[in-house]
Amino acid sequence: MALTVTHPRLARETLDIYFLEVRARLLEIAATLDRIDRSARPEEVVADPRLAFVREALAVLQSAGPERARRIEELYSLK
Amino acid sequence: MFFIDPHIHMVSRTTADYELLALSGVVAVSEPAFWAGFDRSPAGFVDYFRQLTEFEPARAAQFGIDHYCWICLNPKEAEDLGKAREVLAEISRFLDQPNVLGIGEIGLNKNTANEAKVFQQHVQMAIDAAHRQAAGASPAMPHALILIHTPHLQDKLKGTRLILEMLKDFGPAIDPGRVLIDHVEEHTIKLVKDAGYWAGMTIYPISKATPQRAVDMMEMYGPERLCVNAAADWGVSDPLNTHRTMHEARRRGHPLPVLLDVFYNNPARFFGQNPRFKPKPMQVAML
Repeated sequence: MALTVTHPRLARETLDIYFLEVRARLLEIAATLDRIDRSARPEEVVADPRLAFVREALAVLQSAGPERARRIEELYSLK
Repeated sequence: MFFIDPHIHMVSRTTADYELLALSGVVAVSEPAFWAGFDRSPAGFVDYFRQLTEFEPARAAQFGIDHYCWICLNPKEAEDLGKAREVLAEISRFLDQPNVLGIGEIGLNKNTANEAKVFQQHVQMAIDAAHRQAAGASPAMPHALILIHTPHLQDKLKGTRLILEMLKDFGPAIDPGRVLIDHVEEHTIKLVKDAGYWAGMTIYPISKATPQRAVDMMEMYGPERLCVNAAADWGVSDPLNTHRTMHEARRRGHPLPVLLDVFYNNPARFFGQNPRFKPKPMQVAML
């Protein structure tokens, strides 16, 4: 018996189930960026490529689908 | 619900974890040889291989769990070619042990030339092992099963591509159906499955995949030739992450026969290509 290829629930059900998890993770990212800003000598990480990656990944989240997760993985991959 | 954990490093876990796994329905574990957290001497590897083939199966048996393992020099210690040569010379005699399924987890760590060289030597050893076990067998004799580690984080995509290219260079001597490529994520799973290999997803609290993303990948790329593992070791990890992934699939509404297929039958099918592996695929019968 094959697993269904598509997610077996309606989009609204999926949103209902995962919305609070998504909200919590977005707040965690926001709070972490705030924490970095409040840390000593924040100017030392302004040009850090990891923060550039975070900004690019957030842009992927704002873009239309599909496969946002794959695109973020590729952003973080050495060429 | 029965489980087989296809990739877990039990030498790093407590006896209480064995009990936890047994209580949670795990009937068999497969333990690839890996890095100990520090680089070992060749003699240290021999001791480790004895632990995997002698002591660990006895510890698992106390809880009714079948313990299987894989033998190799892990890629993180493959940079020293002299040491690699010494360790590889010891591997053959362990491949004949009754709980050894094949060669693994070989692969790449930082994608260096030396790692690639040792990876190719291991693959050749898997090909030669089958011929040695069946002396006089034809060249069509299948090679020993191979379990492959793909690199971490930003090295994973490049490393996976390199591994696939190297395997392809062996031509018909390598049967993709007898190779499991582990730690796939969203950007590598399609490469692996499209090439005909088995794919493993590792569920870690921070790196690799989460239960939710793993079930997403099952839905997007299909459950065929796909395994899920906890890969629990001495780092931040959880031996019940395979179960958490099953739970995520269940709460999405995937039916029991599908769950049994992914979390029990698929590893039984892949490992069962070696007759030493005892658990057989099963099906759900509604009475």
